[in-house]
Amino acid sequence: MSTPVLIEARGAPPAPKGRSLWDDARRRLARNRGAVAGMTVLALLVLAAAAGPALCPYPFDQVNKADVWAPPLQHGHLLGADALGRDLLARLLMGLRVSLAIGLVATFVSLAIGVTWGAVAGFAGGRLDEAMMRVVDVLYSLPFIFFVILLMVTFGSNFVLIFVAIGAVEWLTMSRIVRGQTLALKQKEFIEAARAAGLGPGAIIARHIVPNLLGPVVVYVTLTIPAVILAESFLSFLGLGVQPPMASLGSLIAAGAQDMELAPWLLIFPSAVMVAALMSFNFIGDGLRDAIDPKDR
Amino acid sequence: MFRFIARRLLVAIPTLFAVVTLAFFMMRAAPGGPFDMDRKLSPQIEANVLAKYGMNKPLAAQYLDYLAGVARGDLGPSLKYKDKSVLQILKENYLVSLELGLSAMVLAALAGVSLGVLAAMRQNRPADAGVMAVAILGVCIPTFVTAPLLVLVLASKLGWLPGAGWNGGALSSLVMPVTVLALPQIAIISRLTRAGMVEVLHSNYVRTARAKGLPEGRIVTRHALRAAIIPLVSYLGPACAGLITGSLVVEKIFNLPGLGKFFVISALQRDYTVVMGMVIFYAALILALNLASDVIAAALDPRIRLA
Repeated sequence: MSTPVLIEARGAPPAPKGRSLWDDARRRLARNRGAVAGMTVLALLVLAAAAGPALCPYPFDQVNKADVWAPPLQHGHLLGADALGRDLLARLLMGLRVSLAIGLVATFVSLAIGVTWGAVAGFAGGRLDEAMMRVVDVLYSLPFIFFVILLMVTFGSNFVLIFVAIGAVEWLTMSRIVRGQTLALKQKEFIEAARAAGLGPGAIIARHIVPNLLGPVVVYVTLTIPAVILAESFLSFLGLGVQPPMASLGSLIAAGAQDMELAPWLLIFPSAVMVAALMSFNFIGDGLRDAIDPKDR
Repeated sequence: MFRFIARRLLVAIPTLFAVVTLAFFMMRAAPGGPFDMDRKLSPQIEANVLAKYGMNKPLAAQYLDYLAGVARGDLGPSLKYKDKSVLQILKENYLVSLELGLSAMVLAALAGVSLGVLAAMRQNRPADAGVMAVAILGVCIPTFVTAPLLVLVLASKLGWLPGAGWNGGALSSLVMPVTVLALPQIAIISRLTRAGMVEVLHSNYVRTARAKGLPEGRIVTRHALRAAIIPLVSYLGPACAGLITGSLVVEKIFNLPGLGKFFVISALQRDYTVVMGMVIFYAALILALNLASDVIAAALDPRIRLA
C-alpha cells in the first residue's frame, strides 16, 4: 500500500497520460491554419454582434434626416448612413446578430429532428427504417426553397417561422448521416453489452448511440449554419424574410443593391461581412472534418 | 434498366401528389385572398367572383377539383391575369428561364471541368491552390452579392454591359446573368472534377497507359477524364435545382422576364393557381432531371447497377 506513495515522493515520472481521440482531434485542428483563422474571424464577429449594438453611438433604427446617404466617416457614421439616415454600422451589427441567431437556432431545430429521425431509423432497421428513409427520399426531391417561400407568404414573415421553416428543411442530410453511423455502431460490442444489461431501445439510443455520433454531427453542424444563414438571406433578399426596421445581412444587402449607384458602401460593407462569416464557417467545417475524421486525409 | 425507370416513376407519383397537396393547403391557409383590393368589393360581387372560380365550394371539394384538373394536365386559370390560364403563363415565360439556365449549365460544365482537370494535373502546386481558393470563394459568395457587385462595376462604373433587361436575349444582356448564375456551380463542379481526377490519375489503368508511352494529354482526355466525369453526371440533378433557385434572385436583379420573377410576384399577390402551378412544374422538372442523371450515370458506368 505504501509503495506508490514512496515512488511519488521520489519524483518518479507520473504514469503516462492517455490521449483520447478528442485530444488528437484538437491538436490536429490547432495545426490547421485555415480553421484557426476561421475560428478567429468568427470569434470576432460573434463578439461584435453580441456587444456591438450596445456600444454604437446610434441605435440601429434611428432615422436622422440630416444624415441621409452620409458617406463613411462623415457625421460620426463610421460606415456611413442609409437612405433614411440610419447608421450603417449599427444596422450591420444588428443584422449580423440576427443572421447568426437564425443560423444557430434553425441549425438546432434541424439537429434535433435529424438526429432523432436518423438514429431511430438506423437503430430500428427493417420496415420502419425503409419507410422513414423513403420519406427522406421523397422530401429530398422537392424544390424546398419554394415551400419556404410559400410558407413565408402564407403566414407572414415572423421570426419564429423563419427558424422553423429553414430548420425543417435542413434536417434531411443530417438524418442520412446519422442513420449511416448508427447502422455501423449498433453492431459494436458495447451496444450488445447494454442490451444484455437489460437497457431498452430508447435508453440505448439516448445514452450509447447519440454520444458516439458526435464527431460527424459536429462537422455537419458547422456546415449547416452557413447554409441556413444563406437561406435566410436569400429570403430576405426577395423581401420575404426579416422585415424592416429589423435588419439581417440579407435584407441589408438587398437594400444596398437598390441604392448602390448613389451609396456603394451600403452594398459593399454588408456583403463583406456576409462573405467573411460564410467563409469562416466553411473553413472551420473543413478543418473539423480533417481533424475528427482522419481517414479522409 | 426498364424496371428501375418504372419504379422511379412510380415513386414520383406520390411525391408529386404530396407536392400538389402541400402547395394547395398552404396557399389556402394564407390570410388574405387574390380578390382583396384597397376598396372592399360589395358582398354580392365578391360572391359572384368566388363562384366563377369555384371558390365558394367547401375546401375539400375545391381540392378534389384541383387534383382532377392536374391529372388532366389543366392547372386552372390565373386569378390575377384575366383570360390567361396558368399553362399559358408558363408557356409564355419559360423560354427566357430555359435559355438562362441552359447557358449557365454549359458555362458551368465547361469552366468547372477545365479548372478541375487543371488542378488535378498540378496537384499540390500553386495552380491547384489557386483553383481551390476560387472554388471556396465561389461557394461562399452568394449570387445576391456577386450580381449587384458585377452590375456596379461592369455596368454602372465601366459601362461595358447593360445593367438590366433582356433585350430579346442579346448576348451583351446575357453575359452577366449567366456568369452570376454559373459561378457557384463552377465552384462545385471544379471541386468534384478535381477529386475524381486525382483518384483516377492514381489508378492502375492510367499507369498502364503511361507505361505504354502515351502522351500525357491523350491519357488525360481519352482515359482519365471519361471515368472521372461520371460522378459529375449524378450531380446534374442537384445542379439544376441550384440553378432554378439561383434564377429567382438573378431574374429579379437583372429584371428578366422569366418564370422565377413571376413566381415571387405571384406568391406576393396570392395568385393561388399560378403559384401552385409553378411549384408543381418545378417539382416535376427536378424529379425528371434527377431520374435522367441517374440513368445516364448508370449507362456510362458499368459498375453501377440499377435495381
